[in-house]
Amino acid sequence: MGSYILKRLLLAVPVIFGITVIVFLIMAMIPGDPATAILGSYATPENVARLNRDLGLDQPLVARYFIWLGNMLHGDFGQSFSLNRPVIDEVLERFNNTLILAGTSFVLCTVFGILAGVVSAARQYGFADKAITFVVLLGISIPSFFLGMMMILIFAVDLQWLPVSGMYAIYGGGDLPDLLHHLTMPALALAVVATGVVARLSRSAMLEVLRQDFIRTARAKGVKEGRVIWGHALRAAMVSIIPVLGIQAGFVLSGAVYIEIVFQWPGIGRMLVDAILQRDILLVQGGVVFVAACYVIFNIIVDVAQSLLDPRIKT
Amino acid sequence: MSAFFKLLARNRLALGGLIVMGLVVALALITPLLPLVDPDATNTANRFLPPFSDGALLGTDALGRDLLSRLLWGTRLSLAVGFAAALFAAVAGAAVGIIAGFYGGRTDNIIMRAVDMLMAFPYILLALAIVAALGPGLVNALIAVSVVNIPFFARNIRGITVGLANKEFVDAAKLAGMSNARIITSEILPNVVPVIVIAMSTTIGWMILETAGLSFLGLGSQPPQADLGSMLGEARSALITNPHTSVIPGIMILIIVMSINLLGDGVRDALDPRLKSGALSRPMAATRVDRKHTPAPEARTEGILSLENLRTEFHVKDRIYKAVSGVSLSVKPGECLGVIGESGSGKSVTALSIMGLVASPPGVITGGAARLEGRDMIGARYGDLRTLRGRRVAYIFQDPLATLHPLYKVGDQLVEAISSHRAISKSEGRAKAIELLKSVRIPNAEERVDSYPHEMSGGMRQRVGIAMALANDPDVIIADEPTTALDVTVQAQILSLLDDLRRERGLAIVFITHDFGVVAQLCDRVAVMYAGRIVEEGPTMEILRAPAHPYTARLIACVPELGAGKRKLEAIPGLPPSVDALPAGCAFADRCLKAQPSCKEGEILLEGTGSRAVRCLYPELSLSKETA
Repeated sequence: MGSYILKRLLLAVPVIFGITVIVFLIMAMIPGDPATAILGSYATPENVARLNRDLGLDQPLVARYFIWLGNMLHGDFGQSFSLNRPVIDEVLERFNNTLILAGTSFVLCTVFGILAGVVSAARQYGFADKAITFVVLLGISIPSFFLGMMMILIFAVDLQWLPVSGMYAIYGGGDLPDLLHHLTMPALALAVVATGVVARLSRSAMLEVLRQDFIRTARAKGVKEGRVIWGHALRAAMVSIIPVLGIQAGFVLSGAVYIEIVFQWPGIGRMLVDAILQRDILLVQGGVVFVAACYVIFNIIVDVAQSLLDPRIKT
Repeated sequence: MSAFFKLLARNRLALGGLIVMGLVVALALITPLLPLVDPDATNTANRFLPPFSDGALLGTDALGRDLLSRLLWGTRLSLAVGFAAALFAAVAGAAVGIIAGFYGGRTDNIIMRAVDMLMAFPYILLALAIVAALGPGLVNALIAVSVVNIPFFARNIRGITVGLANKEFVDAAKLAGMSNARIITSEILPNVVPVIVIAMSTTIGWMILETAGLSFLGLGSQPPQADLGSMLGEARSALITNPHTSVIPGIMILIIVMSINLLGDGVRDALDPRLKSGALSRPMAATRVDRKHTPAPEARTEGILSLENLRTEFHVKDRIYKAVSGVSLSVKPGECLGVIGESGSGKSVTALSIMGLVASPPGVITGGAARLEGRDMIGARYGDLRTLRGRRVAYIFQDPLATLHPLYKVGDQLVEAISSHRAISKSEGRAKAIELLKSVRIPNAEERVDSYPHEMSGGMRQRVGIAMALANDPDVIIADEPTTALDVTVQAQILSLLDDLRRERGLAIVFITHDFGVVAQLCDRVAVMYAGRIVEEGPTMEILRAPAHPYTARLIACVPELGAGKRKLEAIPGLPPSVDALPAGCAFADRCLKAQPSCKEGEILLEGTGSRAVRCLYPELSLSKETA
């Protein structure tokens, strides 16, 4: 197992390397003098000179890439001019907040998606199946940002159950109950689409598995139906559900951008949108590379989970 | 193609989606012709008019602009941008995919690695990076969304192209000296286009949503121009005071995306051949029973297990396949009954019907009884049936790779057979599992108990299957072609193992097979099935020596005999009749050399005296005479 994890980690190196190349190339498309573009309205002659020195912006493209890469490997993602603080500090702080939001949503979508999918498959064409199918269709069709806004109207404005936005109360907040209070709506809104996708996939994976011969064997042994469904069938279906969970993690991370805007959640998505509008290029660059790299690592975790679940995968 | 549309139309939800989508598109197309107010004309005196106000059916927004007009123009823009993004992604993705798939080798490798890199991003990060570089704006958002979706198309199309590039017609074109560019445009492209169109139709809703999302973030369309996303984004600041400005564009996005999703699901279903055959439905815990009349609780028969006039059908759409039509059998303790027939003769379905294990849907037991010590198990409550399964009547199935759970250790699967019927401690379970593995002569049972099925050989897995059947000391074992997937030496070992177990434990065995050689080794009696019926029954040795039914005779003639000298092995010409359209009279008549016109009329009964019976008007040997 240890060597398998090591192998997967080694394979991730070129992928992360490729990600930096892609981000670098995209940013190199910015027309005009890079220093001026990066600095935008902060482009005083001193700043331009300093940036040219730090990033080697007056050098050829390839050299510039390696200077940038080298700096990042030392943990130096540059300086955000709009925030006047190191990019990495801001990114870490914001990413932490996004993890709280996206992580909660990911857990929600996994649990409820699989639950709904299994029930749906076990009761195929029954009332529960039809109801779930309809809700799932609605869930995957509604834009998360619209759903979030409607939730604010209903649960925060009308019913006044939950706060409209933010991560903590401005006065007297900051503890866990306060965080959960603020987290509920955005986490649910973010989880809805992914839950729908997971539910659909789980349903079809379960239907596929339930037709297999080993299910008939379990029934022929006299295994209780509940265990046939939630044990034998789900265990086998997980093999095709888990890779999709990896993809859904990416979707949840992406969808977090909208939800963070709607609910004023101080996460990395909102940071990126603000940075784009402020033309704070280094902040965008650093944020994108950091999140993409984390996503690659997460997918390794998914692969490892898959290999733990399926003894047929050679580790 | 028309069949496709028929299927699509039959799916009411998909049809609904198509109609709604059609309406929205039509509305977007005629928007410039409608007598609408200028969508960008501001009128601060009329800010935030509620819906159904005079002159503003849907009200006005923060700048007093008419919401109906803005909604229609915004829909038009959103649809156009979404469609353009999908088209762009499809064309670019297809180009990349075709080149990678057609040229293969290093070109393919480099391109696909790059595609993999792009797919390693959470998609929106990439889109944001592109917008960051190009600057906010609708065209840039469109570019970002299409680029992000290129890998999806490239992968799909590459897969198709790789398949096509090795086809004969492409080879022929190459030999004819066509240039690669010509081959791609004239041979590959026409075959790929339908796939592109389908992939586009399933992603276009997604593209509309994504561009709307970027606009919502303020990175897409810039004021005063507005698509649905930016309408929603601008309305957000007035969400609490004037919710209608948010609700209206939001609902519109929901309608569009939902109708596209419905349509997409319909298209996918219409294209999936498995749905047509009903193969995607899951079998229930027990076969459905729908008997016209419950058979009277019959006087006790001699056997421990007896079937009486059992009928099992498969109902697929409006067709009825009579897999088993009136089978009666019985087996005594310590006896082995062989049930033999070609594939499709109904022998496996008969076996599975006993414990309600026929996949249902589509299987239905429509008549008869299956009695265990006189108690009918057809139509028994599921709870009762379950406690009998594996405990009193156990099954051994063919192909143990598919019939054992691939992700559980064989020991755990053995223990589960026991723990489903009585509580058993972990250590006792393990000991029992090892004992069971030893009883089927698996070497190293102590280690093998922790193996997974894929780590064992075919013969070994079959032994595990047998051990599992023995776990609860059942009275009856139903073995459904347990040796078919094995090679001959392993087969012989398994057969002698079953034979020993039967003698040691007094098991009744029902042995399903298509091989008379196997029957001869193991079975005391044999029943020959053809087209869902028993055509001959009797002691194995007598039937082998002197078959009465012409079909049995032909079946026996198919078995090669070692050392029997030169003998012509004759295959039976023709095929068994389809069980959804059985002819009157004898089902074998069409393939029978002795058939007379009277064979194709009326019902032919299974008749005989003593231990033998045959369903034939002109049997090879008259049974009444023999016993007389």
